[in-house]
Amino acid sequence: MEFPYNQAIALAEAPRLPLARFRQDVLTRVAAGWRVLALFALPGDDIPEPVCLLGRDRDGRLAFLRAEPTLAYVSLTPECPQCHLFERELYEQWGVVPEGHPWLKPVRFTGTPGRPDLPRPGPGVTDYFQVRGEDVHEVAVGPVHAGIIEPGHFRFQCFGEEVLHLEISLGFQHRGIEAALVGGPDRRTVHFMETAAGDTTIGHSLAHAAVLETLAGVAAPARGRAIGRVALELERLANHTGDLGALAGDVGYQPTMAFCGRIRGDFLNLTALLCGNRFGRGLVRPGGTAFDLDEAVLRLLDTRLEATRRAAFGAAELLFSSSSALARFEGTGRLTSEAARDIGLVGPPARACGLPRDARHSFPLSGAGAKDIPMQIHDFGGVYARTLVRRLEMEASLDFIDATLADLPPGPVNRALPATFPPDTLAVGLVEGWRGEICHVAATGPDGRFAAYKIVDPSFHNWFGLALALRGQQISDFPMCNKSFNLSYCGHDL
Amino acid sequence: MLHILLERLRQGHRTVAFPREMPPLPPRYRGLPVLSDSPCATGCPSCAGVCPTGALGADEAGLFLDLGRCILCGACAAACPGRRVAFSQDHRLASSTRAGLVLRPGTRPTVTPLEPARLKLFSRSLRLRQISAGGCNACEADTNVLTTVVFDLGRFGIDFVASPRHADGVAVTGPVPQNMRAATLATFEAVPDPRVAIAIGACAISGGLFAGNPETTGGATPHLPVDLFIPGCPPHPLTILDGLLRLLGIKTP
Repeated sequence: MEFPYNQAIALAEAPRLPLARFRQDVLTRVAAGWRVLALFALPGDDIPEPVCLLGRDRDGRLAFLRAEPTLAYVSLTPECPQCHLFERELYEQWGVVPEGHPWLKPVRFTGTPGRPDLPRPGPGVTDYFQVRGEDVHEVAVGPVHAGIIEPGHFRFQCFGEEVLHLEISLGFQHRGIEAALVGGPDRRTVHFMETAAGDTTIGHSLAHAAVLETLAGVAAPARGRAIGRVALELERLANHTGDLGALAGDVGYQPTMAFCGRIRGDFLNLTALLCGNRFGRGLVRPGGTAFDLDEAVLRLLDTRLEATRRAAFGAAELLFSSSSALARFEGTGRLTSEAARDIGLVGPPARACGLPRDARHSFPLSGAGAKDIPMQIHDFGGVYARTLVRRLEMEASLDFIDATLADLPPGPVNRALPATFPPDTLAVGLVEGWRGEICHVAATGPDGRFAAYKIVDPSFHNWFGLALALRGQQISDFPMCNKSFNLSYCGHDL
Repeated sequence: MLHILLERLRQGHRTVAFPREMPPLPPRYRGLPVLSDSPCATGCPSCAGVCPTGALGADEAGLFLDLGRCILCGACAAACPGRRVAFSQDHRLASSTRAGLVLRPGTRPTVTPLEPARLKLFSRSLRLRQISAGGCNACEADTNVLTTVVFDLGRFGIDFVASPRHADGVAVTGPVPQNMRAATLATFEAVPDPRVAIAIGACAISGGLFAGNPETTGGATPHLPVDLFIPGCPPHPLTILDGLLRLLGIKTP
């Protein structure tokens, strides 16, 4: 069934489709330009019910397709590659077998509840794709990496310096968040949201707020939502700045790296002005924000923003005028827009492939203008384009923050939500985080509590994009390609 | 070349004067919790139900707060009608012992420098291997930031290195998921003796928000001989730096 993204639906209105019909509906919609936002399962009475949430960017419509309870169905992946990881997850988490999946391997190495006869695999222990032949060699990296970075395992199949294939195996960061959310919301729920991907505290807590507000049919007050959106853009600025610095560092360009390292902190400190915490912990709450901004804070923000803007663009300008840095970026790690579309890429990497995907435009938060932050698109598809898109997005974010703080709506910042939520209802929260589209889906049970809560971090869509971008590249270009995506491990592993 | 130098002048000198001076913290910063010694109203349940990590409790001796579990969300302070819990601006949260993190009215966590044998080895050069084990990338980010020009960790002889073989110790973040247990232990074992172990953030100290979740194992504390506990969610970079310096016997404000 179709519905607007900011409305809840009663689960009873979504018919349980026969499996063939479910599959056909997903394929037909994807062929017509819909994207798979989430594919997971509802617990059902006894046997899980696979469900698929699709979105249409041009008008913000969502489609919720629900299959009859099953433990197996014909895999969508061969015809719809953007389902590949969702289907592996569906098998691992719910024991539902997508028959004919080309590569049904573990996602988080948790074992398969539906198959207690199979032992839990060791983390990272699976069959890896291998290239064989004279002079072909394999490079294995991780889980513990050489920097202060989250853990993950990478296998490169190389012919000399050239990478023929990269396989990325994650799951080391799995903390069992989705399972812990069932039966909520409770006093821990917002904190799980803030730590789902800690560098995206605001993004995930806004998506969660949107879910609960939609479930309750209550809109956050304009002032609270505006402050939340300012924090979302500050989060984007901090991370994009950090990425520009890290990209500069990866090609040995020290000035921008050193400057951006501290400017990133300047943006984090602006978030700390709002709520006391550099990552925005405690700021966004369902129904609005927990903190208001008084005149003193607004004045301080204004002065510091101006200085930080100048510093950030000064540092970026150096990078973009360094011919040796640009020579490394240009033509490296390219993804075609066809590949990006096929695998369901989101966020800056998708926009760097010329795909106009931005949840701020397609699924604006309550009270937000649909186009008040211009979308930045480039069509070259490589490291250079991903770097440039970030640089342009910083400018758009700063302009938005300036305009919003200059004209902050009056009134309260928070509206209390009811203590109970409607039973057997589904609601969706969509937010364009700095990495891309964050999708939260909650389905309540007969008691109005979460029967299932699905979190899709943009990294879940994009890790495979990084693997594809590295094909045919030099292995020494991996750090730069990796940083140009800068994906989350814990956001993927949950 | 000239434009790089000009930009360098514009960016200015930005290394903080810490530990000579204390840089300002944001006015809304929630630091060391302070418990009042005035007795709670009999049977008052106000704070008991709000703490997301079960850090706050009461026994015959009165209120206590386990800073090793606390994520400094401030929910208890907001809930207490008698204002018996408050969050100060004090960033010094680190402790040498796990027990020292259990705060009662009038107590605070303290760091004693390493014993002479290790202090002699490490006080002027400490190389750490960071292990992210289920960390959400906030503790990692605010550890990493110490290596930027702002904190310039290298001036204290402390640095993060790529291999445990080059390290004098490990700094663990995260609740150590089941899937990272073996890698965490193997990394620590690869560090030559004598060595130090540091737990950064509520997750690494106690499992934090994830304590009791069957996918996690309670952080670094059950697995490693931890020498320094640095609470927070995440700890402010100055909290981490202050803890590291005091472990090496360097005076901090």
